[in-house]
Order: sequence, then structure tokens, then C-alpha cells
Amino acid sequence: MSDVLLQVRGLRKSYGALAVTDDVSLDVQAGQVHAIIGPNGAGKTTLIAQLSGQLSPDAGRVVYDGNDITHLDMPGRVRRGLARSFQLTRILPQLSVLENVAIAVQARSGSSFRFWRGAASEAALNDQAMECLSEVGLAQKAHLPARLISHGEKRQLELAVALATRPRLLLLDEPLAGTGPDEAAMLVDLLARLRSRVTMMLIEHDMGAVFQLADRVSVLVYGRIVASGTPDAIRDDPAVRTAYLGEEEGTP
Amino acid sequence: MSNLLLLQVLNGAQFGILLFLVAAGLTLVFGIMDFINLAHGVLYMVGAYLMASLSMLTGSFWWGLLLTLPATMLVGLVLEVAIFRRLYDRPHLDQVLATFALVMILSEGVKIIWGAAPLNVSMPNLLSGSIPLAGPIRFPVYRLAIIAAGLATAFGLWFVIGRTRIGMLLRAGAHDRAMVSALGVDIGRLFMLVFAFGAMLAGFAGAMVSPILSVDPGMGDQILILGFVVIVIGGVGSIRGAFVASLLVGIIDTVGRIFGPIVLKMVLELDAATQAGRTVAPMLVYILMAAILCWRPNGLFGRTSA
Amino acid sequence: MMSRRGMAALIIFALLAVTPPVLIFMGQGFFASVVTRMMIYAIAALSLDLILGYGALVSFGHAAFLGIGAYAVLMLNSLGVTDIAAQFGAAAVAAAVFAAITGTIALRTRGVYFIMITLAFGQMLYFFLISLSVFGGDDGASLPARSTIMGQGWLDHDLALFYLVLGILALCFLGLTRLTMSRFGRVLIGTREDALRMQAIGFRILPYQLTAYVISAMICSVAGVLLANQLEYVSPQLASWQRSGELIIMVVLGGIGSLTGAMTGALFTIGLEEGMARISEHWKLYFGLLLLAVVLFSPGGLATLAARITGKGRPE
Ligand SMILES: Nc1ncnc2c1ncn2[C@@H]1O[C@H](COP(=O)(O)OP(=O)(O)OP(=O)(O)O)[C@@H](O)[C@H]1O
Ligand SMILES: [Mg+2]
Repeated sequence: MSDVLLQVRGLRKSYGALAVTDDVSLDVQAGQVHAIIGPNGAGKTTLIAQLSGQLSPDAGRVVYDGNDITHLDMPGRVRRGLARSFQLTRILPQLSVLENVAIAVQARSGSSFRFWRGAASEAALNDQAMECLSEVGLAQKAHLPARLISHGEKRQLELAVALATRPRLLLLDEPLAGTGPDEAAMLVDLLARLRSRVTMMLIEHDMGAVFQLADRVSVLVYGRIVASGTPDAIRDDPAVRTAYLGEEEGTP
Repeated sequence: MSNLLLLQVLNGAQFGILLFLVAAGLTLVFGIMDFINLAHGVLYMVGAYLMASLSMLTGSFWWGLLLTLPATMLVGLVLEVAIFRRLYDRPHLDQVLATFALVMILSEGVKIIWGAAPLNVSMPNLLSGSIPLAGPIRFPVYRLAIIAAGLATAFGLWFVIGRTRIGMLLRAGAHDRAMVSALGVDIGRLFMLVFAFGAMLAGFAGAMVSPILSVDPGMGDQILILGFVVIVIGGVGSIRGAFVASLLVGIIDTVGRIFGPIVLKMVLELDAATQAGRTVAPMLVYILMAAILCWRPNGLFGRTSA
Repeated sequence: MMSRRGMAALIIFALLAVTPPVLIFMGQGFFASVVTRMMIYAIAALSLDLILGYGALVSFGHAAFLGIGAYAVLMLNSLGVTDIAAQFGAAAVAAAVFAAITGTIALRTRGVYFIMITLAFGQMLYFFLISLSVFGGDDGASLPARSTIMGQGWLDHDLALFYLVLGILALCFLGLTRLTMSRFGRVLIGTREDALRMQAIGFRILPYQLTAYVISAMICSVAGVLLANQLEYVSPQLASWQRSGELIIMVVLGGIGSLTGAMTGALFTIGLEEGMARISEHWKLYFGLLLLAVVLFSPGGLATLAARITGKGRPE
């Protein structure tokens, strides 16, 4: 299991004079959880945005599964199995929880240029959506309007939607942000279960979760990767401790 | 023929300059407040009507013009305070509807006050007459005066926006509203000022045009939509873009209407060519807009992000 | 099970169906033609609601498609083609082509840009129609005769036209109701709610928006064909920007994003205009004031206003 699923080379992105992504290169091995940690404003979300195709980099290459996808748009990447979750929850508020997931299933199953038959009664879509919801523990809320569920539940929904795209590589932008301890524990369990199926790039501030899940950790500071290695190596790296972990009270 | 072309280019430039006066206010309001104001054309019309009344009342073109400027500014202020400021944070659709309602109200109001029949404003003696252009062709002094007044205004705007503190705030505001607030500037006051000033420019354009066009209740519509075309071509929020695009639109529209049928007729040598030319000419500026959009979706001088 | 709005729609259609006999019985048969016009605008409003209410695309050039439909009748008529099916077909094709071209350009942009560009393209068509001196230029031209159905002049009877319009309105309502609940409709609603989210689950949204735009244009052109028949007169004014504004007003007054709302909005707006025009020559002033008041004080349209007054909260 040492195939490289995602290869990033010399990625750069600047806003004016501010280099938000500064010559980032990294490899994500298939089947692993690759965590990216770094202080607020380090450029983690911007990195995900470029890997997912939301933003185009100023320079550099992104190679996924052996193909150069630097210029592929976001929908194209999603269809190849490169999905993401958002740090700030993006759900479709007027749709039900189930529909939020079913529409993601719909995106990959058959044409959506169908104008007559009711989508809500398509059992195939609903069943798969229900499975994803059960997986994240949200099945009992399936029929509520998505705007009415709690913040923690929206985080679960965010994850269910990403799963519904059947990803091979999941880019997770702070999936635990804003969840309570119980929800967080549940989500960590879920991610632990998922890792056998899905390769993950995990951005997270919760060091407990990071060191519990990650096979590999890269540290991003001011847009640069300052260290990369196994969780143990990173924990012991003095440069990392001063740059980042020192203030964060990393829980081993 | 080339003399005729020169004449039409000058006419086009004069039209473009008027367009600029209207578009400048529009584009500032768009760029800085992200506010779409369909009633801007009506301000142009109101300017022309006020000019008609005030110049008649005072018996002087000059007094009329002098009084029209603050009067349209006042109209703009009243509208801003009473209505527009409630709409800045609303969706664009609400802005469209509310300002469309204003168009209905003001157009009808103008009809009630001044009647539906077109009015005329007489030209001041100083600016009547014409000067020789080339050969037998002459150009009206008044139209030259419009060009001069418009250029002076454009220069003034360039100076204010490029060289003064208010201009600096405006440019910053167009870029990042929160930042201007952070500088401790009362953003509400700034908006009010921009609005009133934009209204005055539109009113000025209306007043200036009143001696050469008949003043009627529909006169604001055409200029409003061409103003949009100008903004789309020039890029939202860019005064420079508005200037270049105004001249472009003014000249292409004017020259196209006269020369389109002639040129087509020469090429096609058919009677149908005249009709084709007459059909295509008024569409030229819109086709230009479409072409520029394909090439640069944010307009010639628009910001390049999203 | 039927939703409250579905129920409301059914009641509206039932009421419309019995209008002509009742009016004739009351000796006010003339008003049937007003109701015909109300229903034609309801078709146009439904079509606009598809992109405005479900796609969140503020198109300010929709009257262009009314104009295309109306001029299709006039032009085909002058060529001797009076069959209404042929006219519907030609109108729909022309509208689809115009919508596909202008939509492709306009949909590359967002927000205020989209509004201005659709407005500008609408105006372009308006000037095109004005330039057609064969068809009366500025003034337009009257239709020598109404369209025929299978060679028969049935539509010369106002009642026949009334029920044809009612039937087409019902068809459009049904079709659009299905469409908004279909896979396609769900995608369209998704793009309204959050375009980035839709892309992040694998949808390229432009083809969906463009398709909606084209469908909407085609339906509106059908309304244009009917309007030419009802008025027996065709002029560029049908495609003016004020008309586009009025169409938006209808949709918004009725409650945006609800087909029943768009339909009632159109019926109400045209009815109100007709009524006001009878009372005052300056009805536009009062209409404008009313509209301004609704926008400023009741952003959800008349539906929310009514709900607030009757204390029922926001209608779902
Ligand atoms: N569109 C933009 N324009 C200008 N600057 C931006 C833009 N987007 C992000 N930035 C800046 O880039 C830097 C990195 O932002 P980013 O959101 O990627 O950080 P992050 O590591 O995800 O932070 P956090 O932990 O808070 O989520 C920040 O300083 C931010 O202000
Ligand atoms: Mg972030």
C-alpha cells in the first residue's frame, strides 16, 4: 500500500503580496490518512481549495491517480473520486437532510436532465442517501429541513454528503470544528472506520484526533510545509513544537 | 464622405460624453454600494424637466443650469435618505423592483406636472451657431460645448478620485467596504454623498441635452440601458472604464446608424441592404457588449477576480 | 395527498373555467377578454418563475420572448401561415435560439452583471423589432386575422381563445410543477441555494441553468403567440424593458419560487392594472407606490403580506 494517490508539486498561490501557498509539495499515499496541521491563517483551506479545483493555483501541479488534474474543474475532480468537505458548513437549507445527500447520489447516478418523474420518489437515490446518513448517525433526522438541524448535525451532514459522492480521496477541512465532545468522538470513530475504504487528507485543529487518526502529518506555517513525517516524529520535532504545538498544548 | 464621417464621429463623441455623465454616477453606485439603480435614467429626465422650467422661470439658460444642478442633487439626496439606504443590504432583486417602482412613479409624476407633450429649451445665444469643420461642413457650437463640459467633468472626476482623500476612500470602498468603516469613516455619509453627486451628474447631462433634444417622459429609458451597456463594457466601478466605454458606445451607435446602411449597400448592392443596415445598426452596441464579455467577462477595466 | 398550494391552484383553475359563463350571464362578457389576457400573462410569469424563483437568475429581458412569440405570429401570418401549431413551433424555436445565445453569454456572469446583460439583450431585440419597417416599425401592425387551428377559424370566437389559453396555462402549470420536482428541478433549486455546494458534489451547473433559461424562453414565447391573438395587434412595446419589469413584478408579488404564487401574481397584477386604469389616467403612479411599499415593507410579496395579516406565518 505505498501507491501515491495524490501528488502535489510546487504549488503556489498569492493574494497580492501575500503568499498563501508557498511552494507546497506533498504526497498522499493511497489508503492513508494524511493530516495537515498549522496555525490559523496558515493557508490550509486555501490549499484544499486548490486541490479540489475551487481555486486555480498560480503555479505548480496536482497529479491524482497518475493524471495531471491541475486544470480540471471541481465537478470533474469530484467525478473522479476527489471530494471535499467544507470548513464552514455548506448545505442546501431549503432541502431536507435526505435530499441534501440524495442530490449528491444523483450527481453520479444517471443523467439529471430528467424533467418529469419526481426525484423524491427515486428509491435508488434515497436508499443510498439513507445509507450515508446512517453511517454518520443522522438517519433519524433524514426528513427534517436541513436548515433546522443543529450545528453539530450539520457537520455530520457535511460528511454524509461528501461520502455520497463515493470518494476515493476525501479532503476534510476541519470536520470536527464546532462539534461537541460526544459528536466529535462519534465523528472520529467514523473516520477511523472509513480509513479502510477511503484515503483522507485531514485538516484538523484537534490534536487528539490528528494523532489518533493520522498515518502521516505535515505542518503548514505561513503557506510553507515546515515538517512532514509520522505522528511520532512530528510530535518530537523541536522546530514544530516551537512553531506550532507549543501554543496548542498537543495532547499525545 | 470622410468629412461626413468626421462629423458623425464628433456627434458620436458628444453623445458618448453625455452617456458618460450618466454612467459615471451609475458605475460608482454599483461599484461602491453594489446597488443597482434603475431610477438613474429618470434622474437624467428630471434634470431636463427642471432645466426646462427653471430656464423659463428665470428667462436665462445659465441661471436655469445653475439652479438645476443643486435641484437634481436635492432630488438624489431625498431619494437616498427616503428609499435607497433601506435597500443597500437587500438582495439585488429587491433593489431592481424598488427602483423600477420609482421609475414608474417619477415618470408618471413628471407627466402630471409637465404634461406628456415634449418640451423645448432654447439655446443660449452665446452657444448657438456653428463653426466650420472642414470644407462645407460645420459643427454646432453647442455640441462642442457639451463635449467640453463633459471632458471637464471627466477631468474633475479623475482628479477627485485619483488625488483626494475622498477619492481614496471611494476607491477603497469599492474594494472593501469593511476596510473603509474600519478607517473610522461614516460609510452612510459617504454613500449619501456619492449618490447625490451621481444624481447631479445625471441631472447635468439631462440639462445640457435639453436644448438639442425634445424633453419627454421616455427620455431616461434609452440612456439608462445604454448606461448599463457602458458599465458592462467598462467594468463595474471603474470611472476610466466608463469613460472609454461611453465614447466607444456613443461613437459606434451614432456612426453605425448613419453609415451602417450606406456601407452595407455599397457591399451588397441590394435594396435589402438598406433594411439590413437599419436593422443591424441599433444592435451594434449590444453586439459589441456581447463580444467584449466573451473576451473579458469583467469588462475592459473591471477587476479580474470572479 | 395535495399540498395547500396545489389545492389553491386547483381552485383558481376551477374559478377561471367558470368565469366566461358567469360574466356572460351578468352581461359583462367583455371582461372575459381581460381574463384571457390575465391568463396569458400568467403563462409568461410561470415561465419567468422557473429561472427567477427556482434558479435565482434575475433576468430582466424576459419580455423579449413575448415579443418573439408575438412577431412569429405576425411574420408567419404575412407569409400566409396561420396555423397556430406552426406558429407555436416557430416561436419556440426562435426563442430557444435567442435564449441559447444570449444565455450562454449572460450566464457567465453573476449578480448585477446578469441583470444588466439580460436587460441589454432584451433591449437589443426591442430595437431589432423597431427596425422592421415592413411590420410597422415603432408602431407595430395589426393582425389581419387570428390564427387557425387545423384550418378552422375557431379562435375568432373569444370563448374558444379563452379556453385554449386556459388549457395551455393548465398544461404549463402541470408541466412546470413536475419539472420543479424532477431531478432537473432539484439541481436547479440546488444551484439557487448554493452553487459551490453543487459543484462540490459533481455538478457542472451552467448546462442546467442554460437549459432552464431556454425552457423558460420557449414557454414565454408561447404566451407571446397567444397575446398576439388576444390583442390582434403586435408592436415592439410587447418587448420593452418595462414589460420585462412587469413580469418580474408579477412573480414577486405572487411570492417568488412558487408556481401558484407566480400565477396568482400575474392574475392579480393585470387585474389591478386594468382596474386602476379605469379609475385614473395616472394609475402607474399609484401602482408604483404600491409596489414600492410592498418591496420596502413586505419582501416576501403579497403572499407573505396576506399570511401576516391573517396571522398564519410564512406560507410553506
Ligand atoms: N480571497 C482572499 N483574498 C485575500 N486573502 C485571502 C483570501 N482567502 C484567504 N486569504 C488569506 O490567506 C490566508 C490563509 O487563509 P486560509 O483560510 O487558507 O487559512 P487556514 O489555514 O485555513 O486558517 P484557519 O485555521 O483559520 O481555517 C489568510 O491570511 C487569509 O486572510
Ligand atoms: Mg481554514
